[in-house]
Amino acid sequence: MNSFSLIWSNLFRRRVRTFLTLFSIIAAFLLFGLLRSVADAFDSGVEVAGVDRLTVSPKYSIIDGLPVSHMSQILATPGVAGVTHSTWFGGTYQSTANFFPKFPVEPRAYFEMFDEYIIDPAQLDEFERIRTAAVAPADLAEEYGWQVGDRIPIEGDIWLREDGSRRWEFELVGTYRIRDDENMFAGFLFNYDYFDEARIPETEGIISNFSVRVSDPDEAAEVSALIDAQFENSINPTRTATEAEANRQFAAQVGDIGLIMNSILSAVFFTILLLTGNTMAQALRERVPELAVLKTLGFTDRRVALLVLLESVLLCGIGGALGIALATLVLGAIAPDLAAFLGQVEMSAMTTFGGLGIAVLLGIVVGLNPALSARRLQVVEALRR
Amino acid sequence: MLGQIFQITLLNLRNLPSRLGSSSVIVVGIGGVVTVLVAILAMAAGFSETLNRAGAPDRAIVLRGGSSSAELSSTIDLQRSQYVATLDGVRLASGELYTVADIPKRATLLPSNVVIRGVEQSAFEVRPELRIIEGRNFTPGRNELIAGRGASAQFLGIDLGATVELRQSDWTVVGIFESGGSAYESELWADLATAQSAFRRFSLISSMRVLLEEPGAIESVRGDFENNPAVDLSITSEEEFFRSQSEFLTTLITGFGYGVALIMAVGAMFAALNTMYAAVSTRTVEIATLRALGFGSAPVVISVLVESVALALIGGLLGAAVAWFGFNGYTVSTLNQGSFSQVAFDFAVGPDILITGIVWALTLGLAGGLFPALQAARLPITRALRGD
Repeated sequence: MNSFSLIWSNLFRRRVRTFLTLFSIIAAFLLFGLLRSVADAFDSGVEVAGVDRLTVSPKYSIIDGLPVSHMSQILATPGVAGVTHSTWFGGTYQSTANFFPKFPVEPRAYFEMFDEYIIDPAQLDEFERIRTAAVAPADLAEEYGWQVGDRIPIEGDIWLREDGSRRWEFELVGTYRIRDDENMFAGFLFNYDYFDEARIPETEGIISNFSVRVSDPDEAAEVSALIDAQFENSINPTRTATEAEANRQFAAQVGDIGLIMNSILSAVFFTILLLTGNTMAQALRERVPELAVLKTLGFTDRRVALLVLLESVLLCGIGGALGIALATLVLGAIAPDLAAFLGQVEMSAMTTFGGLGIAVLLGIVVGLNPALSARRLQVVEALRR
Repeated sequence: MLGQIFQITLLNLRNLPSRLGSSSVIVVGIGGVVTVLVAILAMAAGFSETLNRAGAPDRAIVLRGGSSSAELSSTIDLQRSQYVATLDGVRLASGELYTVADIPKRATLLPSNVVIRGVEQSAFEVRPELRIIEGRNFTPGRNELIAGRGASAQFLGIDLGATVELRQSDWTVVGIFESGGSAYESELWADLATAQSAFRRFSLISSMRVLLEEPGAIESVRGDFENNPAVDLSITSEEEFFRSQSEFLTTLITGFGYGVALIMAVGAMFAALNTMYAAVSTRTVEIATLRALGFGSAPVVISVLVESVALALIGGLLGAAVAWFGFNGYTVSTLNQGSFSQVAFDFAVGPDILITGIVWALTLGLAGGLFPALQAARLPITRALRGD
C-alpha cells in the first residue's frame, strides 16, 4: 500500500464527516470565486486601459464638458501622437432599465485610438460615410436583437435637438467586438458630426473628454502636465491622467468594492479555518493508536507527520478545486444578468489559481498542528491509551 | 415525557462545556453568516432610508421635460419658474441651481462628485426640517456656503471656517446643517445668485422644489403642465423621486447580501451537521444508557435539537452584536447613479434586520441538528452500549 492510498482511505474512513467538511470548503471557495470575479469586473476598467493613452477631462467636474477646439492644441503638445474625443450622451433606449453607454465619436479616429475595438473595415467606412450611422458592441446588438440596417431611437435627456425634440434616431451600420476582454466602457457609438449639427446651437462644440495617445508611455506624466499647463488659465481648465488612473478614479466613486469583498471573504475564511481545523484535530485524536502502530511498523516520525499533513492538504485542495469549478459554472449562468451593470464578469486565471493556492495553504495551516502532534507521538504512550 | 425532555436537555446542555471546541464551530459558523447578512442588509437599508428621508409627502420636484429623474441635466429659465410659482396648488416654490464639483473623499483622497445647490431663502421654508447645527447661514452675495453633516464628514476640507476652491472660486464654509439624516446632508448649499455668477449659469436654475397646498395638488399642477406642452416641464412627488433613485442600488445590495449569506449558510449548515454528528457520536454510550433506563426517543431527539438550536442562537446573537457594534451608524458614501453625485449614508441595523438574522440562525441550527438528532434516536441500544 503506497502512501497515497493510505491517505485516501484515511480520508474516507469517516465518510459523513469528510463529506460535510468538504461541502463547507466547497461553499467557501464558491464564494471566493464569485466575489473575486465581481470585484475584478469592477476593476476591469483599470486593467483594460491602454498604457499609452491619457484621458483629458474637465478640471472641476466631468459634467462640465470641454470645447472641441482644445483638440488642435492638445495634438500640438510635444509627446502627443494622436487625439480624439467622445461625449457622454446619457439618454434612454425604450426604458431606463436598458442601460448602456452611448457616445458620439469621430468614427475613424476613435477606432484608431481604441485599437482593441475590432470592426469590419467596410462597416467602418459606412459608419464614417452615413451621417446618422451608429455601431454597437456585438453583444449589445445581440441582447436587443438589433440587425444591421435597423433604426434605433434614443430619447435624449442631456442633449436636445435644435428643433426642441428629444428623439434621436440612428441607423445601425455595424457591430464591433473587443479584443481579449470586454469592458464596461464599450458603448453605442454614433457620428459626432451629425450629433454636433443637430443639437441646440448653444451646446455645439462641447465634448466630454479627449483621449490622447502618447509616443512614449514613460513620458505620460510629463505630457499630462504639459497639456494641463496650456489650459490652466483658460475658462475650461483640464485634468489629464492616464486612462487607468481616470478609470480608477471613476470606479472609486462607487466605493471601495474590493475592500467590501475582501472583508466578506475574511469572515468566510476565518469560519472555514476554524471548522476544518477542528475536524482535522478530531480526526487525528481518534487515530492516535493507529499512528502509533504505523510508527511501530517502522514509519519515521517525519513520514507519519507528512501523512497527516497531506490528508489535510488533499481535503482542502479537493474542496477548493470543486468550489472554484462550481463558481465557474455559476458565473457562466448568471453572467448575462450581471452584464448590464458590471460588464463582462468571468473567472480570471488569477482567481482560479489564486483560489487553488489558498486552498493548499489552508490545508497546510489546518494540518500543521495535528501533523506536529503526530510527529511528537510516543509509541509506548500512545499504544497504552 | 416533558420531565424526560427537560432532564435530558439539561444534562446535555450541562456537559456542553466539555465539547467547547467543536461546539464553537456552530457558534462561529452561524455567527459569521449572521454578521455578513446583517451588515449587508444594513448597508442597503441605510442607503434607501437616507434617500427616502429627503422626501416629504407635500413636496414635489419640477424638472425640465425629459429629465424626469435627474436634476443635473435639467434647466429652467426665469420665465418658467415664475409661471410655476403662480400655479394653483403651489403654496411655495423654490428655484434651485444644482451642480456638482469634484472634492476628494477623506477616506480615499480621490475626487468625487459633491452636489452644490444654489438656493434662496424659500429653500429653507420649503424644507422646514433643515437646521443649522454649527456656525451660521450664508450671507447672500458672499462666497459662503453651508455644508450638510454628511458632506462635512466625507469630504476633505469641508470643515467649519475652512475655505474650499470650487470651480475656480473660493468659498468659506460658515455653517454645518442637518436635515434629519436625509440625502440633503450630503450637499453644499450656497446663495443662488452668487452661485449662478460663480458657475456662469446666469439666471438659470436646474429644478424647483414646490410646497403643495396638499399632497393631492400635484395632479392639478401636472394637468397644467400637460395642457401647456410648450413649457416642457414635469412634476414628480419628492417621495417618488427619491424612491426611484434608491431602488436600483437597494435591490442590488439586498440581492447580493442574500446571495452571499445563502452560500455561507450552506457552508455553515454542513459545519453544524458535522459538529452535531460528532456530538451524538461521543455521547453514544450515554444516549444508549438513557434509552435503556426507559427514556423515550423523542426526548433524545429534542435534546439534540435544543443543543444545536441553542448554539445557533448564541452564534446568531453574537453575529448580530458584531454587526451592530461594528457597523451600526458607520458612515460611507457612494455614487448615487440617479443624481450622479455622492450620497453619504449610515449603515442602519434596524430591528427588522436583526430579527431576519436571528431567524436565519435558528433555521440553520434546526437544519444542522435534525439529522444527527434522528440518528441519535435510532441508535440500536444494545450495540451502542457496547460502544461500537
